[in-house]
Amino acid sequence: MTTHDHRTAEDAEALTARLTLDGVEVPFAPGETLLEVSRRHRKDVPTLCYDPRLDPFGGCRLCVVELEGSRNPVASCARAAEDGMVVRTTSETLEGYRKTLVEMVCSENRQVDVDPLSGYASQELRELADRYEARTGRFEGKRSGRSKQDDDNPFILRDYDQCISCYRCVRVCAEQEGDYAISVKGRGFDTQITVEFDGLLKDSACTFCGQCVQTCPTGALADRKALRHVDTPGEIEKTRTICTYCGVGCSVDVLTKGDTMVGVQPAMDGPANVGALCIKGQFAYDFVQHEERLKTPLVRGDDGELHPTTWEVALDKAAEGFVKARDEHGRHSIYAIASGRAPHEAAYTTQKFIRAGFWSNHVDNCSRA
Amino acid sequence: MSNPLVDMSKPDTIFCIGTNMTECHPVAATGIKKAVARGAKLIVADPRRIHLAEMAELYLPLRVGTDVALLLGMAHVIARDGLVDEAFVAERTRDAEEFLEHVEAFTPEWAEGICGVPAADIETAARWYAEADKGAIYYTLGITEHICGVDNVQSLCNLALMTGNIGREGTGINPMRGQNNIQGAGDAGALPNNYTGFQPVTDPENQAKFAKAYGHAVDLEKGMTKVTALELCGDAIRAMLIDGENTVVTDPDRKHCEHALRSLDHLVVIDIFLTETGKLADVVLPATAWAETDGVCTNTERRVQRLRAAVPPQGEARPDWWIVSEIAKRCGIPGFDYTSAQEVFDELCSLSATYNGLDWETIDRGEYQWPVPFKGHPGTPILHQGEFVNGRGLFKRIEYRDPAETVSEEYPVWLTTGRRLQSYHSRTQTGRSSGIDYLLPAETLEVHPDDVAAWGLVDGGRCRLSSPRGAVEITVRATRRSPRGTVFTSFSFDDTPVNFLTGSGYDPVTQTAELKVCPVRVEPLPERVSTSG
Repeated sequence: MTTHDHRTAEDAEALTARLTLDGVEVPFAPGETLLEVSRRHRKDVPTLCYDPRLDPFGGCRLCVVELEGSRNPVASCARAAEDGMVVRTTSETLEGYRKTLVEMVCSENRQVDVDPLSGYASQELRELADRYEARTGRFEGKRSGRSKQDDDNPFILRDYDQCISCYRCVRVCAEQEGDYAISVKGRGFDTQITVEFDGLLKDSACTFCGQCVQTCPTGALADRKALRHVDTPGEIEKTRTICTYCGVGCSVDVLTKGDTMVGVQPAMDGPANVGALCIKGQFAYDFVQHEERLKTPLVRGDDGELHPTTWEVALDKAAEGFVKARDEHGRHSIYAIASGRAPHEAAYTTQKFIRAGFWSNHVDNCSRA
Repeated sequence: MSNPLVDMSKPDTIFCIGTNMTECHPVAATGIKKAVARGAKLIVADPRRIHLAEMAELYLPLRVGTDVALLLGMAHVIARDGLVDEAFVAERTRDAEEFLEHVEAFTPEWAEGICGVPAADIETAARWYAEADKGAIYYTLGITEHICGVDNVQSLCNLALMTGNIGREGTGINPMRGQNNIQGAGDAGALPNNYTGFQPVTDPENQAKFAKAYGHAVDLEKGMTKVTALELCGDAIRAMLIDGENTVVTDPDRKHCEHALRSLDHLVVIDIFLTETGKLADVVLPATAWAETDGVCTNTERRVQRLRAAVPPQGEARPDWWIVSEIAKRCGIPGFDYTSAQEVFDELCSLSATYNGLDWETIDRGEYQWPVPFKGHPGTPILHQGEFVNGRGLFKRIEYRDPAETVSEEYPVWLTTGRRLQSYHSRTQTGRSSGIDYLLPAETLEVHPDDVAAWGLVDGGRCRLSSPRGAVEITVRATRRSPRGTVFTSFSFDDTPVNFLTGSGYDPVTQTAELKVCPVRVEPLPERVSTSG
């Protein structure tokens, strides 16, 4: 008996299956695609229609690789790895194909250079255009996709003039969000991304979760709220945190320029959400820098009204009231309610205030209503 | 949740009861959608034909407040048809015999008479759940916000124990927590019965442990709940600190709540806006908001994650922990010399059995789900594997009870309340986020179209909604999401403060309010219905 006796047949195959990748023999796991094996080995295979969370699509053909025994290059995102395969991820021919494809894709769009505030993946086409020096204008001409200018919803810009028909929005809405709100009509140069009855998003099954925006590689679907800050000065910085709304705990990146919040993007590696968000997490963030925020302490005056004051005055007044209650009515006359919205440190200090200060357990949080 | 969120796409049978997940926990619901796409059976029990119900293979439209009857009926079928997981019951549970005898009386026909779900559908639901290799239960406030909330939860536990659907991947009993850190508030000890890490205050060993940490012994008696404290404001309770809760809008029976807070000698409110609750305070202190605050939160699957500040605070706002510490110091309370959130969190970890293996650095990437009892422990994504915390799982013999108030000639309609996708609680935040109004500009009362006609209402017209505690005016919206005789609205909008109406009763154990059931009267407002002819 060895310690490996519990392994299944599949695991055993995983240990022995090998293919040759750019001249080097590498192992792979059952079910892995050639693209996944290539990326795991740090091969820079370009893609446009690929999103690792979605089923293989094979639409853009940029990920083509040479497979020995195959007459034509194969789309690596849609081809499962097999034992003994011999694969080349780059060659002069492949790079030539890729450049031509990117040139053709670029020719479809009004502009290749879109603002990074458009969405998480919005720079993908721009980066490929740079990499393949594809702004040649060789294919200027026919275009597909017409922008939906009458959809004035405040969240999602539908600038389909920028669409390259990669179907990532269609697929993320179906496969990840499960809403099936986005569909396609027409074929070839008549291809148009749309929703039911060609209408507005608000009249469709769309829930404004923003996943289509974040997977779009060209800015055709873009974050309209974030784009209000195109002219706000400063570089975009991202801070990883957790969404402030429900208990799912989605990881997000808060986008800032200087001291200004300019947007939110989902964390593709967030343990609870893996790139998903809902309308609240994606779009309901600007309460943070809202003009009505409470900016100074307030104390009720002799006139019965609340008046702005300094921290010193307010904290003294806050403490005095608790001390007075304790002295006049006993330590059990004081109660505290902790927040289910603030961090642990708020709740912990609140309960400690009661327990260490008044030796009672007169503390609760807002979970009973 | 007993199981992690990633498990949501794995069950063979999913039983959702009292959860409007696609609106209240939309990202979690994507897991269920994936399971359904994969071929899992989805059973949804809810009084309203919500989106989840439309997705279900079997929809059980029960009358509000009758969950126990439905669940007893299901338990009866499982016992009667020999679907009990005998090995699991023998090895891991207690009091099974008495329980199985107890459920003999509760036939599906009996259950149908109370909850209104056809007996045949109760049988099907029981079979699908019991026969599944992996059966999982998901619930939310539709289960707990009842006078029988504890009974409801115990009834679900009974089903899981009978069928062995617990302690394994893709199974479990999974309450979805509604606020970003409501789990964490409990974890941190903001409960009248537990110190941090759910250590009971009634245990002398815990008392000794915290006497050492806090410099003085704390009462061995539990404190009072918030509900009791609000009852006693101006009497036994004279001074109150409220952090980040808009109590008067979100709690039941608003008139009573406002009166209670006004009766205090001293009220201190910490918040990010001047809320309706803050306006009643003697001192209002500005806290830093989300995205301005470093800290920790714990999600519904017990995952402990870091919050990070991205922008500087507005005005003079300060972190909650700093504000509370400054008040404590001024009251002469020792142990509040913190200089960072990290120091507070690390102290919490050192005193909590469930967090002992964690500290500020360890949780940087959010990999751990508590309990994490010691350093190097991998965390516990699935609870109750191999053994329950208290040894064996206890069957509880539950009886059905009517809601605190039932419909009458004077209040003939069931009102149930909840939330909507685009707004959050009292709209302190979503109401101040641009664009949300485009999708949800105002609150409406959802009424079945036949009831709209029968009650002389007009779709889009106004009506008065009244209970023994108050009345509100609201716009009518005809929709088949509401069943006949039951209406729905949310409590989000301040111009339709529906919690003036609620507050009929509380669960005797948890004192959770029965916000999901409130008999009301619905009357057309005369000036608006004149056009209806």
